[in-house]
Amino acid sequence: MKSVYALFDTGEAAQRAVNSLRSAGYGERDITVMTAAPMEEFEFSHIGRHSYQWYIACGGGLLGLVLGTWLTTYAETSWPIVVGNMPIVPWYPNIIVIFELTMLGAVLSTVATLIVTAGLGRRTPALYDPEVTSGAILVGIGTPRADGDVEQILGAVPGARVKTV
Amino acid sequence: MIRQDRLTRTLLKPLERPGVGWMLVVGVLAVVVAFGGFAWSFMMWEGFGLTGKRWPVFWGFLITNFVFWIGISHAGTLISAILRLVNAGWRRPVTRCAEVITAFALMIGGLFPLIHLGKPWLFFWLVPYPNRRLLWPNFRSPLVWDFFAISTYLTSSLLFLFLPLIPDFALIRDQSTGLRKTIYGTLALGWRGTTQQWHRLETAMQIMAVAIIPVAVSVHTIVSFDFSMAPVPMWHSSIFGPYFVAGAIFSGIAGLIIAMAALRRVLGLQEYLEPIHFENLGKLLLTMSLLWGYFTFNERLTAWYGNDVAEMNTFAATQTGSYSPLFWTMVTVNFVIPVIILSIRRFRTITGCVIASVGIVVGMWLERFLIIVPSLGHKFLPYSWGTYSPRPVEIAITVATFAAMALLYTLFAKFVPIISIWEMRAGAHTQESAPTRESVPVDARLGESHS
Repeated sequence: MKSVYALFDTGEAAQRAVNSLRSAGYGERDITVMTAAPMEEFEFSHIGRHSYQWYIACGGGLLGLVLGTWLTTYAETSWPIVVGNMPIVPWYPNIIVIFELTMLGAVLSTVATLIVTAGLGRRTPALYDPEVTSGAILVGIGTPRADGDVEQILGAVPGARVKTV
Repeated sequence: MIRQDRLTRTLLKPLERPGVGWMLVVGVLAVVVAFGGFAWSFMMWEGFGLTGKRWPVFWGFLITNFVFWIGISHAGTLISAILRLVNAGWRRPVTRCAEVITAFALMIGGLFPLIHLGKPWLFFWLVPYPNRRLLWPNFRSPLVWDFFAISTYLTSSLLFLFLPLIPDFALIRDQSTGLRKTIYGTLALGWRGTTQQWHRLETAMQIMAVAIIPVAVSVHTIVSFDFSMAPVPMWHSSIFGPYFVAGAIFSGIAGLIIAMAALRRVLGLQEYLEPIHFENLGKLLLTMSLLWGYFTFNERLTAWYGNDVAEMNTFAATQTGSYSPLFWTMVTVNFVIPVIILSIRRFRTITGCVIASVGIVVGMWLERFLIIVPSLGHKFLPYSWGTYSPRPVEIAITVATFAAMALLYTLFAKFVPIISIWEMRAGAHTQESAPTRESVPVDARLGESHS
């Protein structure tokens, strides 16, 4: 089955196309919308909004914290030397290293989550049109239910340029 | 059919084939950088005897440059992160210019501990891993804290710069052919601009902004610990952390204003880097100038009031002694001139902001020098007093770092849009579109037919 999409020049027309597809029974998982920039003022931009990025970042930070605590404690106890009359495991200086590794863990896990959940780094995707980065708004269905179904719905919206790939 | 709107055309124009002027500028800067590289190589070959470092002053221009460039790096990521978090609309043309400064200033600043090592090929001794006798580096040392702080900040800043570049790389990919398309296509990581990708990217940027602000503050605090943890007159002060951070942000904003003014003029970005951006940054610079004055007064009053003999020797050397011309120049260009220029609205123009900023960059470099050298030259016992004067290799390396910054910035602006195109578009959408309920047909209103 070929993927079907339409390009629109305005957010209003794209929103109308998305609404029509929903009315025809297509769910959020089926509908793909691509824009050259975030268009928060339109409802279609909320598709795929839900994510666990904040939780994963916190998890990454926690991992960094554990690693930092282990690294400093392990290094200091593996060859114990008294320096500057400080304890073998001095918490004040260690907190600095632990803090940096905590933040590094949060940052790295955020980037890793972005790459995985946004599907970055994958091979050329099926549904795409270079006009998107020039400002056109793409509304499409990756796997339409029946031939002609999606073309008809999208074609009914004024200003639509319907294409299949 | 690929169309280009005016915004895209203007912001992608600098990426076109370079002209003779650009080549000339790059050539001259490259020669200066190469000369600095030669000076460094010569210093490695001949040894540190070529520098002005003599007992008891073993930290001179090289460490001054280290602290200065780490300070300049606070312009970008920190300001960009704060402006992103508060969702300041005027940030859009500014953020990338700022983030680039951070990345390059950190690279240059991070190079100085290696230059200062004398034998940079042994740099891995700084990396925290056990040696052959399973002895680890000393985690109680501020120099090891530096390693963690700078590497965390550099990694975070590079990612903070790279992530919002991805959509712009995709734009260039779609408008290019051949090798250029392949390179930008690789950098774009298969970006398509789906709503899901935009959400993930924006959330990631928010998380990074939240994480990077405390990291930025910690980095310069830790650099200040290199001094304040030592029982050296005028160093062992609890105010050094915030004093260094304020100074870093101060010099960073000044660096950003200079870079923005240069980009505006050279790349013809007058339409996007508007006087209002300089006016806002000028206000921020004025605030930081007052804060710097406050910290400097605090720091000096505490030393003077304490009247400790060793501290007063250093104090006198800077206030009325041989270092006083540098000290009073610093006060004039960091406080007097900026406060006069920036507090009078009529003078808070682009030219006014640039004049104040150039003075501040010079003044902040002097501040770093005056923190380091007079204290080392006036320790507790007079037998350990000494002076320092820089030698040609140190001056050449210092000049080369400024040229390196300009060179890296020039090259970056040639290959990457220096103003984020997608963020400018997003800003334009928010301003223009914001449809009224009446102006949108019923079935196009926000998801109404769906609900």
